[in-house]
Amino acid sequence: MQKRLVLDEVQIDIILRRFCHQLIENHDNFDDTVLLGLQPRGPILLDKIVILLEKISGIKVPSGYLDATFHRDDFRRRDFPLKANETKINFLIEGKKVILVDDVLYKGRSVRAAMDAMIAFGRPQKVELMVLVDRKLTRDYPIMPDYYGIRVHTLTSEHVVVQWKDDEHDQDAIWITEKVNP
Amino acid sequence: MSQLSTKHLLGIKDITEEDIQLILDTAANFKEVINRPIKKVPSLRDITIANVFFENSTRTRLSFELAEKRLSADVINFSSSNSSVKKGETLVDTVNNILSMKVDMVVMRHSSPGAPHFLSRNVKANIVNAGDGTHEHPTQALLDSFSIKEKLGDIAGKKVAIIGDILHSRVALSNIFCLQKLGAEVMVCGPITLLPKHIASLGVKVELDVKKALQWCDVANVLRIQLERQQIKYFPSLREYSLYFGINKKMLSELDKEIVIMHPGPINRGVELSSDVADSEHSIILEQVQNGVAIRMAVLYLLAGAKG
Repeated sequence: MQKRLVLDEVQIDIILRRFCHQLIENHDNFDDTVLLGLQPRGPILLDKIVILLEKISGIKVPSGYLDATFHRDDFRRRDFPLKANETKINFLIEGKKVILVDDVLYKGRSVRAAMDAMIAFGRPQKVELMVLVDRKLTRDYPIMPDYYGIRVHTLTSEHVVVQWKDDEHDQDAIWITEKVNP
Repeated sequence: MSQLSTKHLLGIKDITEEDIQLILDTAANFKEVINRPIKKVPSLRDITIANVFFENSTRTRLSFELAEKRLSADVINFSSSNSSVKKGETLVDTVNNILSMKVDMVVMRHSSPGAPHFLSRNVKANIVNAGDGTHEHPTQALLDSFSIKEKLGDIAGKKVAIIGDILHSRVALSNIFCLQKLGAEVMVCGPITLLPKHIASLGVKVELDVKKALQWCDVANVLRIQLERQQIKYFPSLREYSLYFGINKKMLSELDKEIVIMHPGPINRGVELSSDVADSEHSIILEQVQNGVAIRMAVLYLLAGAKG
């Protein structure tokens, strides 16, 4: 199976720091800002950003995990239902500036479902999207990230793999591979 | 694994431990959903569900209906008391007529044991058994296990006593299957006349003294005396039953440990449970009701989820 490295550990670290500085620039003292990691892969990235943001700015931004399984538009179109993950949001998002965090933006369907799920917790003032990898030219919905780490050109027959040390890998890295069963 | 091994939920006996775990895990997600400010998700918005009740029910029917509505399904309700069943229509004809209106799932309660199994072989729809006679009541057993897991952290290794009218109880049988599949030890306790003759062959302990049962268990699931199913007298009077098998606060305070009290409802206060026990901190009866909605959402979601 062919595999090419898109980002290595050092590059990912630089991007995470850039994300934090961009957030500080746009959200000032984070008074009305909350971060939501999209399950199942967003929370790992989210936790890293929350920790780094606190280290750089001294502010601990409220954060939570959002699962959109029950809001997906492909229910009954798959061979079997997706298993849901934990939603953990201990605050209302009414009137808040929400930053949705995910690792890869592909077709935009997960983000659409996430925005639908998010509304159950209140009406946000503003919603932004932060992704580590923006897969350009594969979108099904008109959704664009406000913050992205790297923009890549991929085919639907390819897969973007995000590996984290926290997830028992040797190093943080992002690869593009061919799908086994495209 | 995120798929059930079955198209129908007919009884706990027919499903695997993995199925049960998947339903409990999914119910935990739905419990979070029903505690949100907006409690509805769109998962089943293109599904129509018929609640077909050939026997009276209040909480189970309400719980199913609420679960269906929280999942955005379209719901139709049918009860035999005001239907063509009275005019002599057969079960399969009744349900096929409902299904011809493009109904995808049927939730059925029936007084005859095995009615949902029969239906599942004869109609094209997912069938959920909401209680069939004295046979099984799978969603009640699932919500009981979910409630125990939520309260005690785990089910494996826990001791559960089912106390009361075991003979007429579909809740007891489904609970025995469910708890055993999840690794709990199960005891049944009640008057000898209300214990099925060969109940020990299911691998449960049998106890006639309620005080000993309470001392043994971590959880007491107390059942209602089902007078409506009893054609003959199984015990002299309700007062005598209450005297020998009713659970009161004094009995709990005499134990050298804390136990959890459950009841599937409706409670006969002063018969199987005194009010001070039913309303005490030991009781998780109202949690069971809330968990019932989450469990039924999980069952409907998982059964409806496969490609149609």
